[in-house]
Parts: sequence; C-alpha cells; structure tokens
Amino acid sequence: MSHETTDENIIIEIKGVNKWYGKFHVLKDINLNVRKGEKVVVCGPSGSGKSTLIRAINYLETHEEGDIIVDGVKLVDDVKRIQKIQRDVGMVFQQFNLFPHLTVKTNVMLAPIWVKKSAKAKAEKRAMDLLDRVGIADQADKFPGQLSGGQQQRVAIARALAMDPKIMLFDEPTSALDPEMIKEVLDVMRELADQGMTMVCVTHEMGFAKEVADTMVFMDAGNIVEYSTAKEFFEHPKEERTRQFLEQILNH
Amino acid sequence: MIHTDTGPQREKVAFWRVPAIRAILYQALAIGFLVVMALIIYKNTLANLAKRGIKTGFSFLTNEAGFAIGETGAMPLLQGKTLWLIAAVVLGGGVIFFLSRKMKKEGQELSDSTPLCLLAATLLIGLPGAVLWFFPGDIPTLHYSESSNYIAALATGLANTLKVSIVACVLSTILGLFVALARLSPNWLLSRLARWYVEINRNIPLLMQLFFWYFIVFQGLPSVRKSIELWGIISINNRGLFVPRPIFLAGGAPFVAAVVIALTAIWFYLRYVKRRQDSTGQQLPRMLPSLGCFIALPALSMACFGTPFSFDIPHLAGFNFKGGMTLTPEFVALVTGLTIYVSAFNAEIIRSGIESVSRGQREAAYALSFSKTESMKLIILPQSLRVIVPPMINEYLAVTKNSSLAVAIGYPDLVSVGGTILNQTGQAIEVIGIWMGVYLLLSRVISMGMNWYNAKIKLVER
Repeated sequence: MSHETTDENIIIEIKGVNKWYGKFHVLKDINLNVRKGEKVVVCGPSGSGKSTLIRAINYLETHEEGDIIVDGVKLVDDVKRIQKIQRDVGMVFQQFNLFPHLTVKTNVMLAPIWVKKSAKAKAEKRAMDLLDRVGIADQADKFPGQLSGGQQQRVAIARALAMDPKIMLFDEPTSALDPEMIKEVLDVMRELADQGMTMVCVTHEMGFAKEVADTMVFMDAGNIVEYSTAKEFFEHPKEERTRQFLEQILNH
Repeated sequence: MIHTDTGPQREKVAFWRVPAIRAILYQALAIGFLVVMALIIYKNTLANLAKRGIKTGFSFLTNEAGFAIGETGAMPLLQGKTLWLIAAVVLGGGVIFFLSRKMKKEGQELSDSTPLCLLAATLLIGLPGAVLWFFPGDIPTLHYSESSNYIAALATGLANTLKVSIVACVLSTILGLFVALARLSPNWLLSRLARWYVEINRNIPLLMQLFFWYFIVFQGLPSVRKSIELWGIISINNRGLFVPRPIFLAGGAPFVAAVVIALTAIWFYLRYVKRRQDSTGQQLPRMLPSLGCFIALPALSMACFGTPFSFDIPHLAGFNFKGGMTLTPEFVALVTGLTIYVSAFNAEIIRSGIESVSRGQREAAYALSFSKTESMKLIILPQSLRVIVPPMINEYLAVTKNSSLAVAIGYPDLVSVGGTILNQTGQAIEVIGIWMGVYLLLSRVISMGMNWYNAKIKLVER
C-alpha cells in the first residue's frame, strides 16, 4: 500500500512495520506515508490495530520489525531521539488524560516550561491564547475534574498544541464523549485542519472524515485493507470488506 | 397538588411518625443513657475508693520515684537558657507568621519578596542561633535518677516512647518505599521476594515479632567478652549496640553554624534559580553549586576553627564496655520489630498509591516529551501522594500506639514506667488517665499535622 509523492514532502514514513502482542500479530507489514499538511483518517473495526498504529508513531508502542521515520528522525531505542519525536508529535487520547492535580492553565503550560524551557510568563500567555482558541479561556483556573468531557478534550488539544507540534495524532478523540459534546471537539479539529496542521486521526465519525480527510485508511485484522482519497473511499470503495464496514457504520 | 414550604404532607400525622421529631427523640434517649451510665460509674468508683482508703488526686506525682529506669537521657528543664531559646523561637516564628498573614491578605506570598525572605531567615535561624551562641552557660537539663519524682519518671518514659516512635516511623517509611519499589520491579525474583516479605510480616502479630527479635535474636547474641566487632568501632553483644559518640571540640559550634549557613544559602540559591527559570526560561545548574557550597563552608570553618568533633570509641573495661553510646537491646529490638512490621504495611500503601495513577497519565506525560524523571516528579508522584498520605497517617498513629507493646520486652516506655508507678502508688485511675491523655494528645498532634499536609495536596473535583 504505498503511493507516489515527492520525497521531501513526506513527514511520516512507515515501512514494513510488524508488531506482536505475545503471539497475537497486531500490525502486519504496514506501509504508510503521510505528507506535510495531509489529513489522514484511519478507520476500521475494533481490534484492527488502528490505535496501535498511531501510538507507534510517537513510541507509546514499540514495534518489532520495520522502520518508522518521523520528520527525518528514525524511531530507535534512544531516549534523546524519542523525546525529539515526542516533542514534534502532539497526541490527543480517547480518555483525555489531563493531569487532574493541576489547573487547566497549568496543564497547558507544564510541558512548554519544563521541556521547551520557555519563560513562565510567556508560556502562560501562550496557554491563554490556546485556551481562547478552543473556547474555554474562562475555565483556565478550574481543575479538569470540574469540566465536562467535551471541555476536557478541548483542553487536551490545547495542551498538545502548546508544544507547537508538526503533527497531531488523535486516538478516537470523541469516543468517550456524550453525543452533544462531540460537535464542539470536532469543530476545534476542523479549525485545526483548516490551518494546515498535519493530522492522523483514528475516528468513527464518518461525517467528519468525509469533510476533512484527504486520505482514508481502512484497517482490518492488522492489515491496511484500503488506502484511497476520501471521495473515492466513500463513493467507490474497492474492497468488499470496506463496503461491509461502511454499510454497518453509515446505516445504523 | 401544590406543595408548600411546610412539607410534602399536610394531613395530620401522629407526632412519633414525623421523621424530624423521631430523630430528636432518639438523640435525647442516647444522651440520657450516656449521662446515667457516667453517673453510675462515677458514684461506684468513689464508693470503692473510699472503701479501700485510696486518696484520689495527682499530688503523688511530686513524690520521690525511688526506682531505676534502664534508659534515661538528659531532658531540658524549663528554666534559664531554655526559656530564652523558646522565647527566641516564638518571637521569630510569631513575627513571620503575622507578616505572612498580612501579605496573604494583600494577595501575595511571603516568599515573593527577597528582603522579607532574608528577614525570615534571620529571625527563624539567627535569633535562636544567637541565643545558643551568646547566652552564657549550657541548657539546664535533668537526668532521671532514683531520687527524681514521678513527673520526671513519666517524662523519661514519654521521651523513650517518642524516641522509639519517631525512629520507627522514619525507618519504616524508607524501608517500605524500597519494598514497594521492589514489588513493582519487573524483576521476577525481586518482586516475589518483596511480596513474601510483605505477606509474612503483616500476618504475624507484632507481639510475636517483638519476642522473636528480643528473646531470640538480641538475647542470643554473644556475651560481652565475645562481642562482634565491626571495623573496630562498633560492638554488638547481648547487652546492646555500642557505637562511637561524637564529642564537641572548640571547632564544633562554628562547624554547625557553617552547615546551617550553607543550607540557608543553598535555599536562597535554589529560589533564585527557580525565579530565573520563571522569568527567562533558562535553567541554571542546581546540584553542583549547592553541593559545592555545602562542602566549602564547613570545610572553611574547619580550617579556621579546627576540627569540630572527635569520637569517643567504646572499649572493653572490666566486665562491660566503657565510653561511646549504648543502644540497649530492648531499644534495638523494639525499633527493629516495629520498623519491619510496619514497613510491610507502608510498602503496600506506597505500592497501591503508585499503581493508582493510571497508565494514561504516564502516556500523556511521554506524549508531551517529558523525561521519565520529570513525569515521575511532576505527574505521577503528586497524584500518588494523595492516595498514600491518608492511610499513612493511620500507620504513624499505629506505630506510636503499638510502641506501648514495649512493656512486653522491658523497654521503659510510658506504659512500662507508668505501670511501675501504678504498682507503687496504687493510683490506678490517675495513671491510666495520664496514659490515655498522653496517647490521645500524641495521636491528635500526628493526625493534625498529617491532615494539614493532606489538605494541601488534595485534589479539587467538582
């Protein structure tokens, strides 16, 4: 599943990646390139390895075979390199994973202060700007436990953006949310996409995918089954398995 | 139907069926029962005391004790230099307390202002230091002997209880931390060993463990003449642990002063580093300058004022050791038993605290490019502490109270000394009252301190 692009534009290169959990083969010979500014939506049934794949991009999961190259840096067991990649790649989790013992503002400021060594006042100003951008500047001094799920997820997005990442990974960002809160998170993601951020997103929100994605990736049982443009994917899916999946998810 | 403020039902109901009246009735019954019981006990006690001709009251406390206590130490007397020292501490602390309160009202922290921090350091450290240095003479002390009174005996017992409790609390926490880390270790053997350590220790009663350490281990040690000697300075035998004792020489006081000044300077330096990081983001080295200061200042004092201490090394003279410091087998057995027993519980508390922080927190920290140390310090530890602290309060209370099992192996703690006094004077009610009062007070002080700490680190939820 490779495709042709000019090499200097590629920001994530995944080549022949294999991963096992014990005997269970989660990722089977995965090849995937992501260009700068590209929006990739990864979908597929649960257990298909889609979360594992995007978690492998910033080394939350290790892989046994193959190479993952992020912005020219190859992922290997080297603390310095891993931290460099983790600095360039922002991640938003299904369960938000905000730090509950810190205020919303401190959640956003913490990494810039400690990792990027930016001055406190500067980090604070930036944090407030970002919180304003995701629409919760008025909640800055509250604690995460005092916010709704949608608000927490928007804080999580602001927290990831505070590190000025080149790539944003979203691991089912709306799956833990009540239906009426999904929209507010998707709106923030949509805006981010409009500003040209490179995004890799695991989601079941097909409406969002149709609207935002450049490229659709469909995974099943550890394989990339279908790789195509969003238009093609929704209108003329090539594979039978994709058609089944789309039918189930769109007609429920 | 329209509900009014008077309640949901407007029909007439018998008064004993109204919940509010019922609640008051039950309370009144309970209080009445309690008062009657107390009166019965009080009258009964007075009658029995009168029958046996026992005088009540605490006047016996000033009588001569007449018995020996195996483990005594010098206790400061409340007169002369001691009072001046207390006055200096209270004065310094008071001034700082009111200053910081005033600043808090204005929305500032005392530590925001450098001149005020300097003032605080001068008052809190300088004032008591000056009293110690310039006030003539030594701090007056009392050393318990058979001719001292019962108050001195009880104070010695209390001091022994505190000594054992504090040492056991500190050691059991440190040991518990190591056992917890071992249990969490990916090393199969290490984590199994730690698990068995926990299982064995917390399932054998403390009293049995104390008997084991005292009667089997420490009484089973070789006799004085066949002492085990470590590096020629520490001797272990069935009379206890004999260790060298530091003796202050002329350079001693300046040396201690130099250490205190160095620590203060390091505090100010670290504060400067933090403020600089806040304003510019630049991180200055912390470890090396601090360490340098900590070594250089005391070294300078040694060069100017001479060696601070020498050591009095215990040596065999006649039938026993002379010189040095002696830790009695009772003390060592009690500390060992308490430490090991409680460390098993502490280990489980610490382990569960660390495990209570979800995997997602660690992943979020790594995804933000925090290093392992940073994520431990900034994310994991602050969250696990809030789980660890409340049960830890219980353990510290348990150590203090369980130290009263000392009576079983003859360590002269408050219960043991009080028991002797009870036997001599027959003042059971008073002695038991003192015991209960003291333990209650100790427990309150510990739990108040820990609760204050717990409130500081508590998590705000909706």
